[in-house]
Amino acid sequence: MSKNVKSAELEYDLVVVGAGPAGMAAAVRASQNKLRTLLLDEQPEVGGQIYRNITSVDARREEILGPDYSHGRTLATEVIAEAGKGSLTYWSNASAWQIDPEKTLHVLRDGRSSMVKAKAIIVATGAMERPFPVPGWTLPGVMTAGAGQILLKNAGLVPSTPVVLAGCGPLLYLIAAQYLRAGVAIKAILDTTAGTDWKLALRHARDLLTGWSYVRKGMGMLRAIKDAKVPFYRGVKGLRLEGEDALQRVRFSSGGREHTLDASVCLLHQGVVPNTQISWSLRAEHKWDEVQLCWTPVIDDWCQLSVPGIYTAGDGASIGGALVAALQGELAALGVMRQLQVKPAADLDRDGATIRAEIERHLAIRPYLNRQYRPSDEYRIPADETTVCRCEEVTAGSIREQVKLGCSGPNQTKSFSRCGMGPCQGRMCGLTVTEVIAKESGLTPQEVGYYRIRPPIKSVTLGQLAQIDE
Amino acid sequence: MVAKALFVPLAAKRGSEGAAPTVTVYFNDKPLKVPANTSLAAGLLAAGVTRFRNAPVSGTGRAPYCMMGVCYECLVEVDDVPSQQACLTRPQEGMRVRSMDDLPGLAFYDAEGRELPTPTKLFGEGK
Amino acid sequence: MNTSDVIIVGSGLQGLSTAVHLGRRGVRVTLIEAEYCGRHSSGVNAGGVRSLGRHLAEIPLSLAARDQIWHNLKDFIGHDGGFVRSGQLQVAENEADVIKSKERIALLESHGFTHEKWIGQEEVRELVPSISPHVVGGIWVKDDGYAYPYHVVTGFRLAAEQAGVVIHELTRVRTVKRENGLWHVECDGKRFQAPKLVNTAGAWSGELARQIGDEVPIKPDGLMLMVTQRVAPFVKPTLGAMGRALSFKQFANGTVVIGGSLRCDANPVQRYAPVDLSRMKKSAVTVTDLFPHLRNIQVVRAWGGVEGFMPDEIPVIGPSVASPDAFHAFGFSAHGFELSPIIGQIMADLVEHGKTSLPIHPFRVDRFTQQENS
Repeated sequence: MSKNVKSAELEYDLVVVGAGPAGMAAAVRASQNKLRTLLLDEQPEVGGQIYRNITSVDARREEILGPDYSHGRTLATEVIAEAGKGSLTYWSNASAWQIDPEKTLHVLRDGRSSMVKAKAIIVATGAMERPFPVPGWTLPGVMTAGAGQILLKNAGLVPSTPVVLAGCGPLLYLIAAQYLRAGVAIKAILDTTAGTDWKLALRHARDLLTGWSYVRKGMGMLRAIKDAKVPFYRGVKGLRLEGEDALQRVRFSSGGREHTLDASVCLLHQGVVPNTQISWSLRAEHKWDEVQLCWTPVIDDWCQLSVPGIYTAGDGASIGGALVAALQGELAALGVMRQLQVKPAADLDRDGATIRAEIERHLAIRPYLNRQYRPSDEYRIPADETTVCRCEEVTAGSIREQVKLGCSGPNQTKSFSRCGMGPCQGRMCGLTVTEVIAKESGLTPQEVGYYRIRPPIKSVTLGQLAQIDE
Repeated sequence: MVAKALFVPLAAKRGSEGAAPTVTVYFNDKPLKVPANTSLAAGLLAAGVTRFRNAPVSGTGRAPYCMMGVCYECLVEVDDVPSQQACLTRPQEGMRVRSMDDLPGLAFYDAEGRELPTPTKLFGEGK
Repeated sequence: MNTSDVIIVGSGLQGLSTAVHLGRRGVRVTLIEAEYCGRHSSGVNAGGVRSLGRHLAEIPLSLAARDQIWHNLKDFIGHDGGFVRSGQLQVAENEADVIKSKERIALLESHGFTHEKWIGQEEVRELVPSISPHVVGGIWVKDDGYAYPYHVVTGFRLAAEQAGVVIHELTRVRTVKRENGLWHVECDGKRFQAPKLVNTAGAWSGELARQIGDEVPIKPDGLMLMVTQRVAPFVKPTLGAMGRALSFKQFANGTVVIGGSLRCDANPVQRYAPVDLSRMKKSAVTVTDLFPHLRNIQVVRAWGGVEGFMPDEIPVIGPSVASPDAFHAFGFSAHGFELSPIIGQIMADLVEHGKTSLPIHPFRVDRFTQQENS
């Protein structure tokens, strides 16, 4: 795109924010149907998180990452093809720092901000790791399982010392299996799921069979870990991470005994949650999902938010995984086509129904996963000493004190203690704060609410702001 | 802080890939070779950096946590621009990277309007 | 039926301050609040404790608030609210600014006010070594400062509770009516009554005033602010500019809060103002003109809020003209924070004695209708 083009002239039928599976599928579908489409993502390549580096990963890495990864190749190829035809514009290294309900976007790229107008927007910014607040989680060397995956996919890097994996959820076992395949030493896997979850899982036996392919994947991973004889601890409580300037030790109790493991790298994971920063900033309606224990934006049958003309698809709407994300992306694109009346409604309704049925099929496994890997209260609503807001170093105990002083919601604790005012703007602490306040005050998370999220969604400098075209 | 690297490259399968291209960046004035086609954060980790910045409230060291632009722990100064997310930055040859040990400081001017060297603390406790 | 001596509607700082003053005089106060205390302007403003640059009519109130209460806030409410006596400086960037500044100082002096002082370029450089060399001087008030709004709100709220004030949050006033010497206040099923009524409902005071019988041309509008990442300390005084709209201060934690009378749309019904950060470009230009090295500093957040504006940009303070035993303090047009501690004293005086020693005639509720008739 020529730098001489004035910002105000950038107008599209559809802007898709996020080039993971949902965003790629949406952009391709829209572009194939002749919608003038812009796909933008803050990463240098398409793929999002789950399909990181899909266009440039080498054979050895692909062997380690497994066959699921290759699904992403098809999508990426289609994106490149559509971009080549000219109906799809793709901006890499581009971050949308403000999106208005009137469907204007402000995007930072190469240090300059552009204003883009759209008739419809699909927000496909995906998921993020659920915060895992334990004492010491801010120490260098403590990272997420997702970070481990990114280092593996993106940079071919693995831990230099035997790594501790702690938490719950299929992604934890995935990285364990991938590390084993790569010859990485795993010091131990610490499973933080509560003992009763197996019984809850049996209630969803029917769903288990429908989602059989997902379950087989999980069982295969567990077998690999068992066969490698990785030390495995169940029902881990009191997890704490210790060290002088960086991680040195991992302490926990399991099976009624205290344990201490030396480690320099510990990967934490207790599931992923929708990254709702943009949808909150639009003042879209959200619902607290008591099963997924997170906020999900309220959407209609076409993935449209409560803000007209703005849609959300993929893990950013509700956690469903990569295949569901791609299907939702297509569904949202159909919704946009319906909004812009580019095809007969009857055709779109028919296609939409087909996609929705397929999504349902894939989602069958979710209740089992949610029950099986429900993160325990201890690691969502932590002890007083635990840092909840990493940026501003506000502890859970401090939040509780503020509730006692009369702060009944996250915006009040924010104003009072700066909790949530740091650079991450509440991404790492928001869920924890809502739940800590809820528990302390006796209100439901829905009643407690969430931070008021405001622009800029991603930081922009005063200099960049001073230079934007009006 | 440059010490033993927390992350190291996968042992390359014989013959399957040539040496990955690298660039030289300067981290706190020290030259480091980092892979060209990965994030600056990954490159610094592989080069042995374990402290990217000091947390402003307590001064304790921080390093990347999420590697995907959500946690804002990997903030470093890149070519005089502070608070850049290293996980979203591609290393370029000759890039000057500094850890954010203190809060970013501004330049001062003397009575003739000439720029003075940047102090990091003017009034004692800045925190 | 809830009964007390006085009902105050709206628990921003004007209402809280009134409640504290009255409560401490042994008056039974019910404070009714639609959301939570300090939810709007009072809790999220830029924090300026400013006598500099005020409308002539506000100056006596502003100086009283600052010297009698702000400087001793810890004694007054048991918490200093983070108040820092940083001084306030309004910079002059060119000859036109210099002339305007000196004219203003002369005007104030002719009215007996000497708190605003002209300082030249060298003194400005001493006070703010990092400011752009093009600044030629400014108006300086050394005893002004800033505080943390939400801490101040919390301090006043706790002091009110200690003084026996009963606060009802999440309680929205629907109608007020005077019957048999009592004000009847109805709130979605909850009812309150008291002989006296105080209207400190902020941007929503117009409707309440109307029901009391006073028509007032208050207009809700939106105002935006932004805050940067933490920066090493580089400026102590709070800054404004004579030639352009600017409000600029660096807090002790290093963050810089920037405003500049930037209006945005307001949605008073839904009680929020959608913030458009791109419209703050003007503020960013001003700030980077004055501090070129701030251009690489990140804006971390912008926010906006609904505020009540008067056509002459000074508030309504005083008794109702249409009804007995009703009193108003609203329409502070984005500069009520600093005045609030003394407003409460004025309102308490009016409620108890029907008069106050501070000059409030310019703020009378019927000043617009009087003009119409003359």
